[in-house]
Amino acid sequence: MESVFPRLEPLLPRVSKPVQYVGGELNSTVKDWDATTVRWALMYPDAYEVGLPNQGVMILYEVLNEQPDVLAERTYAIWPDLEALMREHGVPQFTVDGHRPVGAFDLLGVSFATELGYTNLLSALDLAGIPLHAADRTTEHPIVVAGGHAAFNPEPIADFVDAAVLGDGEEAVLEITDLVRAWKAEGSPGGRDEILTRLAETGGVYVPRFYDVGYLDPASGGGIEYVRPNRERVPERIAKRTTMDLDAWPYPKQPLVPLAESVHERMSVEIFRGCTRGCRFCQAGMITRPVRERSIEGIGEMVRRGLDASGFEEVGLLSLSSADHSEIAEVTKGLADRYEGTNTGLSLPSTRVDAFNIDLANELSRGGRRSGLTFAPEGGSERIRRVINKMVSEEDLIRTVSAAYAAGWRQVKLYFMCGLPTETDEDVLQIAAMAKEVIRAGREASGRKDIRCTVSIGGFVPKPHTPFQWAAQCDPDTVDDRLRKLRAAVNSDRNLGRNIGMRYHDGKPSLIEGLLSRGDRRVGRVIERVWRAGGRFDGWSEHFSYERWVTAAAEALAPLGVDLAWFTTRERTEDEVLPWDHLDSGLDKEWLWDDWQDALDERELEDCRWTPCFDCGVCPAMGTDIEIGPTGRTLLPLTPVN
Amino acid sequence: MQRLRLRYAKRGRLRFTSHRDIARAFERALRRAHVPMAYSQGFNPHPKISWIGAAPTGVASEAEYVEIQLVTPVEPAELVAVLDRAMPTGLDLLEAVVAAPGGGALADRVEAGRWRIELPGVSPGDLSAAVTALLAAPVVEVERLTKQGMRTIDARAAIVNATVATATVASDSPPPDVTCGILEVVVRQTTPAVRPDDVLSALRVVADLEPPVPAKATRMAQGRLDDGGGLADPLAQDRAVTQG
Repeated sequence: MESVFPRLEPLLPRVSKPVQYVGGELNSTVKDWDATTVRWALMYPDAYEVGLPNQGVMILYEVLNEQPDVLAERTYAIWPDLEALMREHGVPQFTVDGHRPVGAFDLLGVSFATELGYTNLLSALDLAGIPLHAADRTTEHPIVVAGGHAAFNPEPIADFVDAAVLGDGEEAVLEITDLVRAWKAEGSPGGRDEILTRLAETGGVYVPRFYDVGYLDPASGGGIEYVRPNRERVPERIAKRTTMDLDAWPYPKQPLVPLAESVHERMSVEIFRGCTRGCRFCQAGMITRPVRERSIEGIGEMVRRGLDASGFEEVGLLSLSSADHSEIAEVTKGLADRYEGTNTGLSLPSTRVDAFNIDLANELSRGGRRSGLTFAPEGGSERIRRVINKMVSEEDLIRTVSAAYAAGWRQVKLYFMCGLPTETDEDVLQIAAMAKEVIRAGREASGRKDIRCTVSIGGFVPKPHTPFQWAAQCDPDTVDDRLRKLRAAVNSDRNLGRNIGMRYHDGKPSLIEGLLSRGDRRVGRVIERVWRAGGRFDGWSEHFSYERWVTAAAEALAPLGVDLAWFTTRERTEDEVLPWDHLDSGLDKEWLWDDWQDALDERELEDCRWTPCFDCGVCPAMGTDIEIGPTGRTLLPLTPVN
Repeated sequence: MQRLRLRYAKRGRLRFTSHRDIARAFERALRRAHVPMAYSQGFNPHPKISWIGAAPTGVASEAEYVEIQLVTPVEPAELVAVLDRAMPTGLDLLEAVVAAPGGGALADRVEAGRWRIELPGVSPGDLSAAVTALLAAPVVEVERLTKQGMRTIDARAAIVNATVATATVASDSPPPDVTCGILEVVVRQTTPAVRPDDVLSALRVVADLEPPVPAKATRMAQGRLDDGGGLADPLAQDRAVTQG
């Protein structure tokens, strides 16, 4: 397959940051096209600088390329400046590895961490010469497979993808590869329909076209009446995939190191997957259950190999709540010992205040680098934290950050959400009180005036497969109004307020994210309309246009008797058929409903790692179990090289 | 503490890297190669690396220079081998020498650079005429977009000499090989710097020369100007000491 690079190269001096299109990353792979039988293009539908460090794509890229007869290359969203030139000069969407046209691959796997990448999917399909609608594709075109967290409700993009995989991808991509390899070896019998049927038959690949959706009259609410298979051989429900033994999948082994600057300039090691803290807003925590830890030795080995292969100077120990690893103290101490004096930094990007202590912080900064401290109380008031089941107390927070300031940290970042269910102005104003208390206590503990606290606030978006999937999303005007009042409250005390920074966005992008998160197949025409009107890079404030989305939603949905508010700010009832009910995350819908009722009653729920099972349903439904330590083992010093 | 001066090349697709990209890649290669770097003190220690005026984004180079400081001495030839293996393809380490004591700063040995600019689709004749016009002009003002907005600079003042050669440029794939004019130009370092793009703008100003496809520029050498308009190798002095 010919490289498009000679045609692309003359365009590159005319675009911004051309290095993002040339490939050549350390540890990237370019295989001989003709020596392989199954070929995957893997896409992260955002800019290269965001997509390259994505762990999901990096893992699948390496897992697939380890197969001798499989080729995997990567492609990312193209910025509008190059897109225009590519259209003018007839250059198709390409991979950055071999600069091969995406349309020539057998499969196009797209990883959606966020729904705001949907318009970028359409750009890539169109630039690749792949028909936008799955129904218009032939055996000449790649099979378009969606994955990532947003794939737990792929209904809004059901018209544009051929299939979706829910959950962990390591094993799923290999099984899909096996089926495609066998089908191709047989001479592709039955065409596209047959291979999609074979994929659907496994029960772990969702093929939207094999399911019919019926809708109720607008007079009866306008919701979904039924979702049912329209052929034999396909299951009623599609189950998520769970990779149980993380030590058996130590990927990425050879992390990609870009030439271009990316959003994460560090190596990442996933120390566990899943989270059972039970924060009710958190889709990631709900859909990735149960908790599966990587062992301390597995972590040590990944860090060693990854640093040797990449030369990164910082290692991020990733998970949804890293300080919850059963041996986090041993892991951080072991790594800090191993890398003492090598200027290798360690960071825990996601830590809970109640699982954190200053000893841990000191281990992290022993490598000579002291990264900032970030905590996420999420809610300003004790009441709202009970609603969202984020059980961290203000006392814990103040104690921890005071100790941090006393130990020399100058800056603490706090994350909150605005627009949570049952939220009042008072709940949000408590954020100001908490931040002021942090500064007051921090000054006292450190004896310094120049400490800082940055308060970062995101708009809450209700997500599928969470207890809040029934909740009414807060409208942007209310969110914006509360944030204005919060800013006024922070600034009301000049003495403390000058050490408090506030970062937030207006509530409009969150409403669109809400439409795409809980939308059904009817939302697909809104996405297509926005894309045709020029919508691209919706996760970027300079490209996002709220007006474009509102106009498209009004035009596309009006004939169907529903609207933007119907999908977003409307509370759902218990008996409503949700667009993702046939997609099985393992969570029991009744349990989710009960947890939603508990939220409204401000009742908390414990973590099943240290209390008895509370029957969320995942383990029995998926045949899985919690996999945690402690193992009781420690990291031995590394034998010096040479 | 050992100070080493390195020459490296930036080739092929890597010409699209910015100086910041190169600096990051270089630091990572040093770590992968386990080079015993000296680090700065302080809150965020950094390896001690001094860059000498890097070639702009989009321009290749055969003559980039950097100085590094090590806590334990290494054999320069060995460093070249080990570090070159650790660098990304297209970033090639060419030479390392120990900085000779008392020799002054490396930056002081670089006052001008020689660029080779390939102009596919431009005939050598047209190019020669344009270059003659350029050299004949006392001042050639060109505009350039900077962070401060559009700026007008005199591109002519920095140009020491310029000659034209002809070559057939082999192409990886269609379009077939093409004859093209090649400009070799020696440009003095000035503030603001006059870059290959500015030289091309100057040719447009004086002779309406418009290359049909983007030109490819490569920095071939840097150094102090000698009396004949040539460039003195900035590492010559250190090399003499290294080789004893």
